[in-house]
Amino acid sequence: MTEASMYSPFLAITLAAVATYAARAAGAFLSGKIGTESAVIDWITCVTYALLAGLVVRMIWMPIGALAATPDWMRFVAAGTGLAVFIVARKSVGLGVLSGTLTLIALTWNAF
Amino acid sequence: MISVEVLIVALHYARSLPNRSLIMTDTSPPVTPSAFSTPPAAFWGGAREAAGVPMMVMGASFVGFGSMIHDLNWSVWHALFSTLSTWALPGQIAMAEMAYTGAPLAALVLAVGFINARLLPLVVSLLPHVRRADVAMWKYYAVAMLIAATSWVGTMRRLPDLRQDQRLHYLTGYGLALYLNMPLATVIGFYIAGQVPLPITLALVFLNPLYFLLLFLFDLHNAAKVLSLAFGAVLGPLLYQVAPDWSLIVTGLVGGTAAWWIGRSPWGRRVQDTWLKREVRHD
Repeated sequence: MTEASMYSPFLAITLAAVATYAARAAGAFLSGKIGTESAVIDWITCVTYALLAGLVVRMIWMPIGALAATPDWMRFVAAGTGLAVFIVARKSVGLGVLSGTLTLIALTWNAF
Repeated sequence: MISVEVLIVALHYARSLPNRSLIMTDTSPPVTPSAFSTPPAAFWGGAREAAGVPMMVMGASFVGFGSMIHDLNWSVWHALFSTLSTWALPGQIAMAEMAYTGAPLAALVLAVGFINARLLPLVVSLLPHVRRADVAMWKYYAVAMLIAATSWVGTMRRLPDLRQDQRLHYLTGYGLALYLNMPLATVIGFYIAGQVPLPITLALVFLNPLYFLLLFLFDLHNAAKVLSLAFGAVLGPLLYQVAPDWSLIVTGLVGGTAAWWIGRSPWGRRVQDTWLKREVRHD
């Protein structure tokens, strides 16, 4: 079903779900035993931020699926528009996302 | 057709409201202690409070996820199963990206594990508010499944004002209302992607990366977090060219650890105190 992977999506989904619930269960276990301000938790937060920042830039710059067929500049302009509106509208995430996605629709409307 | 577009626009627009709740400025009506008459009333009250802006925002993200899964040519069952079993969107998106690009399972599990490790401190900080001597242990493990960023933000400030015997009910109602509606949003997103013109599908798939991007830029008050974002944004695409399979996990470990270490150094502390405002803690 996927192009490159050797394993079934269900296996990937199941393992991701187990890894996710592990964090929740560990939280339930540790709740009341540890504080939420520790160097380890700060470190985990930093790793998460770096990982997700890398993923987000990659998804915009080198997307997979149908987005991969769009020219880079369209995605950059769409993201840039969203970012500009976000800043002008005093950090409105909603308006930023709305304008960015609408820009992408406008740019791709006659391109496909 | 028009109605679908209106729906999409409405869902997008709903996102303008959540960031207010994300920074925890209080926009909810003033809270009176023990606002509910009975524990069951607290359950339904929690569900009602979730069924507004929080559900719209979260729903829009899961609509985007459903569209993404459709775009990758996976089945609706994959989308549904992932939402029901994981119910934490950034991890689900990373999982789909990595599985699609053929990353090894070990890299995939590590990446999702790290991304969703952010749930650990959320659970640790929320559960003490609902803990009572006469509640069975398994209930905490069950309700932990209902804790995600949205439900944490929505319930955290409310719980201390409620009577002790109503808090677990309130949290369960709030979390369950969100949890039970996200499979619906996922399926809607999946089938919208197959029905609307391609540009709208593209926009739905584009929605989550853009949302996360802006969410990250919302709070730039912590030196270590800002550095993590900068390192990640540079290392992510770079390493993907060199070693696509392990690039995400290496990006996180190298970029995040370096940022964390610099943030703790005397230089990092000086930057924090001089240039950045005192951190407002939220997750």
